[in-house]
Amino acid sequence: MRMPKPDASVVGRRDAIVGQLREIVATEGVIVDEDEMRAYECDGLTAYRQLPFIVVLPETTEQVSRILKLCHAEGVKVVPRGAGTSLSGGALPLADAITLGLAKFNRILDVDLDNRCVVAQPGVTNLGITDAVKSQGFYYAPDPSSQIACTIGGNVAENSGGVHCLKYGLTTNNLLGLEMVLITGEVIRIGGKHLDSEGYDLLGLVTGSEGLLGVVTEVTVRILPRPEMARALLAGFPSSEAAGACVAQVIGAGIIPAGMEMMDRPAIHAAEDFVHAGYPLDADALLIVELDGPEAEVAHLVDRVTGIARESGAGELRVSADDEERERFWAGRKAAFPAVGRISPDYYCMDGTIPRRRLAEVLRRMAEMSRRHGLRVANVFHAGDGNLHPLILYDANRPGELESAETFGAEILKLCVEVGGVLTGEHGVGVEKRDLMGVMFTEDDLNHQQRVKCAFDAESLLNPGKVYPILRRCAELGRLHVRAGQVRFPDIPRF
Amino acid sequence: MTDVLAPRDADDVLDAVAESLATGRPVDVVAAGSKRNFGRPCETACELDVSALSGIDLYEPDELVVGMGAATPLVALEAALEAERQMLSFEPPDLGPVLGAPAGQSTVGGVLACNLSGPRRIMAGAARDHFLGFNAVSGRGEAFKSGGRVVKNVTGFDLSKLIAGSFGTLAVLTHVVLRVLPSPEDERTVLIAGLADAQAVSAMSAAMNGPYDVSGAAHLPAPVASASANEAVSGLGASTTAIRIEGPAPSVEARTRAVSALVSEFGPTHVLDRAQSGSLWREVRDVSYFAADGRQVWRISVAPAAGAGVGGQIAAATNGTVFYDWAGGLVWLAIPALDDAGHETIRGAIRDIGGHATLVRADPEVRAAVSVFQPQPAPLAALAARIKDSFDPRHVLNPGRMAQV
Ligand SMILES: Cc1cc2nc3c(=O)[nH]c(=O)nc-3n(C[C@H](O)[C@H](O)[C@H](O)COP(=O)(O)OP(=O)(O)OC[C@H]3O[C@@H](n4cnc5c(N)ncnc54)[C@H](O)[C@@H]3O)c2cc1C
Repeated sequence: MRMPKPDASVVGRRDAIVGQLREIVATEGVIVDEDEMRAYECDGLTAYRQLPFIVVLPETTEQVSRILKLCHAEGVKVVPRGAGTSLSGGALPLADAITLGLAKFNRILDVDLDNRCVVAQPGVTNLGITDAVKSQGFYYAPDPSSQIACTIGGNVAENSGGVHCLKYGLTTNNLLGLEMVLITGEVIRIGGKHLDSEGYDLLGLVTGSEGLLGVVTEVTVRILPRPEMARALLAGFPSSEAAGACVAQVIGAGIIPAGMEMMDRPAIHAAEDFVHAGYPLDADALLIVELDGPEAEVAHLVDRVTGIARESGAGELRVSADDEERERFWAGRKAAFPAVGRISPDYYCMDGTIPRRRLAEVLRRMAEMSRRHGLRVANVFHAGDGNLHPLILYDANRPGELESAETFGAEILKLCVEVGGVLTGEHGVGVEKRDLMGVMFTEDDLNHQQRVKCAFDAESLLNPGKVYPILRRCAELGRLHVRAGQVRFPDIPRF
Repeated sequence: MTDVLAPRDADDVLDAVAESLATGRPVDVVAAGSKRNFGRPCETACELDVSALSGIDLYEPDELVVGMGAATPLVALEAALEAERQMLSFEPPDLGPVLGAPAGQSTVGGVLACNLSGPRRIMAGAARDHFLGFNAVSGRGEAFKSGGRVVKNVTGFDLSKLIAGSFGTLAVLTHVVLRVLPSPEDERTVLIAGLADAQAVSAMSAAMNGPYDVSGAAHLPAPVASASANEAVSGLGASTTAIRIEGPAPSVEARTRAVSALVSEFGPTHVLDRAQSGSLWREVRDVSYFAADGRQVWRISVAPAAGAGVGGQIAAATNGTVFYDWAGGLVWLAIPALDDAGHETIRGAIRDIGGHATLVRADPEVRAAVSVFQPQPAPLAALAARIKDSFDPRHVLNPGRMAQV
């Protein structure tokens, strides 16, 4: 993976820059010690490591503003960081970049039930938001599996999802407002407690922008009243085709479950061995369907989905009797990553999305790739919305296996694009999928995106080397080639 | 005289924008023209009529996805969806009649360009939340795409969001892909009669804050309620607060009962059946109450709990009429016509609480002289200008349409 070349002139000015940062942030908030910086050397994509240039942990928006202004003036790069759980290397440090950690922005600023929203600092964890409103019967809907650790700022930057996104949407659909600091140090506010932004929808643009456009310093999210009840259905199928057909029929019947997850045989076995959730070991595919809402609705829909599952050839079929059993159904799915971690020294988590109806074909071709690369693969799948998480099992200590796993992974993602899907559903492009962007986008497509980056950060100081292959200069990107001489008053009907 | 360029396909659009760049003559992008009067008047006499870019070419109901030419008529799309018992859950309004155009003319691209959403916005999100991907030609005369046909997608910047609500000032949409959802099997509306605006917002808030999946919450003060074509509403002879419940039949029945019980402490309740409920929410969605008069119309988005305060203050100061959607968060206002459309009064009322006010209907001279869209603070306005320049450096697309004055 080629990263932008460290800027020697910046590296040489390290002491001076540290001094300037210490004028902005109290001494202990500026970390320069190698051992202390070690904690920041990677994110959830641990195959890539790099010691930061300097780590700075500001506490106020004003400090962030002054830091960015300084970096802008001095030409120093900045990598924003939340909890460092990104699975795509979005928070991977650079040798000449300040890692700007938002861990100290950890306060809930306002719980406003009349407007059904919470205002939080970006370092508050995803679960921290729900915890702040739980006793009043509310919750924050997007629920990434990393929700105990990941921050709401990181969620905004990655547009994170979770198993309940099928019904309740991703981060972008649950966000009302932001405060953000631009690389110039300017502080902007977008949205608020009202709906829809005025002017261009910068709220939507910034969500999922992976720290390339600004540093988020405050977040307003919508919260929802907790549904009266939830029940889950566990169904084993003889094939992934049958399970896939069941998913299509549930949706075709007009039912949008709160969550609809699928696991393949290797994932079922790994999870069952780990948490003993009671999964059927003879099934080739397992579906967990959760229905939530008022009691009358849940009872009605559980009946309908049970009927559809049976018709689709479900073997074992169980409906949770209480919340404890429902949580047991989920326990295996939620622990799928660590469960796979137990059966293999290392695993590599992929994140493509496909049109659901292509599932069987994609799984079949993935099995062929698995044989060819000599690496096992287990699949967990947000089945309702086609977001696939193949986990490639490998051993980093065996020479060449990491590289094979990466090649295998890239082939899977290319396959996702080939069948009409995309490279990443919720984990972000980061450094991991950066060089695959050309598989999905033409040069013109990418240039239109990169010019947006230029509008926010003309010198490309914010998180460079992520998402887009090494940038061309903004001036060059902005150049317009008007086909003046050759315009032939083209043959377009005119009146 | 107006020149009209009428591209037959996306390639023609590319040529048309290239021509515009070469000749320096900007274009006003139109399809049906139903929202021609929405926004600041364009400063050009040349039209780019994209109405030929029409027709559904992808519809997979069990994948909840539909793709089509950008100028596909909304009625055609809705008919196709209805045949599969599906819908656009953001409930696009038909603002044609309010804007002085016939009903039923909207195109899908126009709805997206204005990011128009109806009463279900509070539950299902806005148009932009269902806009999965597009092909377009930017003001640079280059074809580009973004997004895709799947919901879960974080590959690159989410330009669909940026294009939604950009009023054609960044790019000409040629093809769009939307997410669709199953239509609810049944619906009811609980009415509460006779509430003052502030009480109504409290009642709506109580319903929203319970586990009832409320999909619409509106309040019509007495003068507006009496103008309803729905006799169950106008016949009450009082203000009407409406709370909509949709979903599978047994669930609708149970929740209607629960919501009625919950809000009965505010005033006498009454339940509208499915047909009456449908017609009431169409009126609210399309702002029908203000369609037939010559007043100026504003659309104000604020925090829901602030709605009644803002609405009351502005109505009194402007001698206007208001009604509320989005549980109080959307204030529709009609005022007697003024040269400055009362913009200082109206925007002054929301300055401290946040939100935005858009001048939806006024004569072209007024819309040219007054900022139609909420003016932005300097750093934000500068950023928006840089974004505009990045897509349309020569300002050949819809010049002036979103300009701040
Ligand atoms: C076990 C495990 C399970 C996971 N499950 C899910 C899942 O179910 N769904 C899902 O979507 N993701 C999942 N993830 C991925 C990850 O947790 C999310 O992407 C999360 O949102 C990252 O948050 P973070 O605070 O850790 O951000 P970081 O990893 O610190 O940063 C992520 C990106 O955001 C940027 N960033 C962080 N904070 C800010 C800020 N304040 N302003 C601007 N930019 C910022 C960084 O520069 C970086 O590009 C999982 C990860 C793990 C390890």
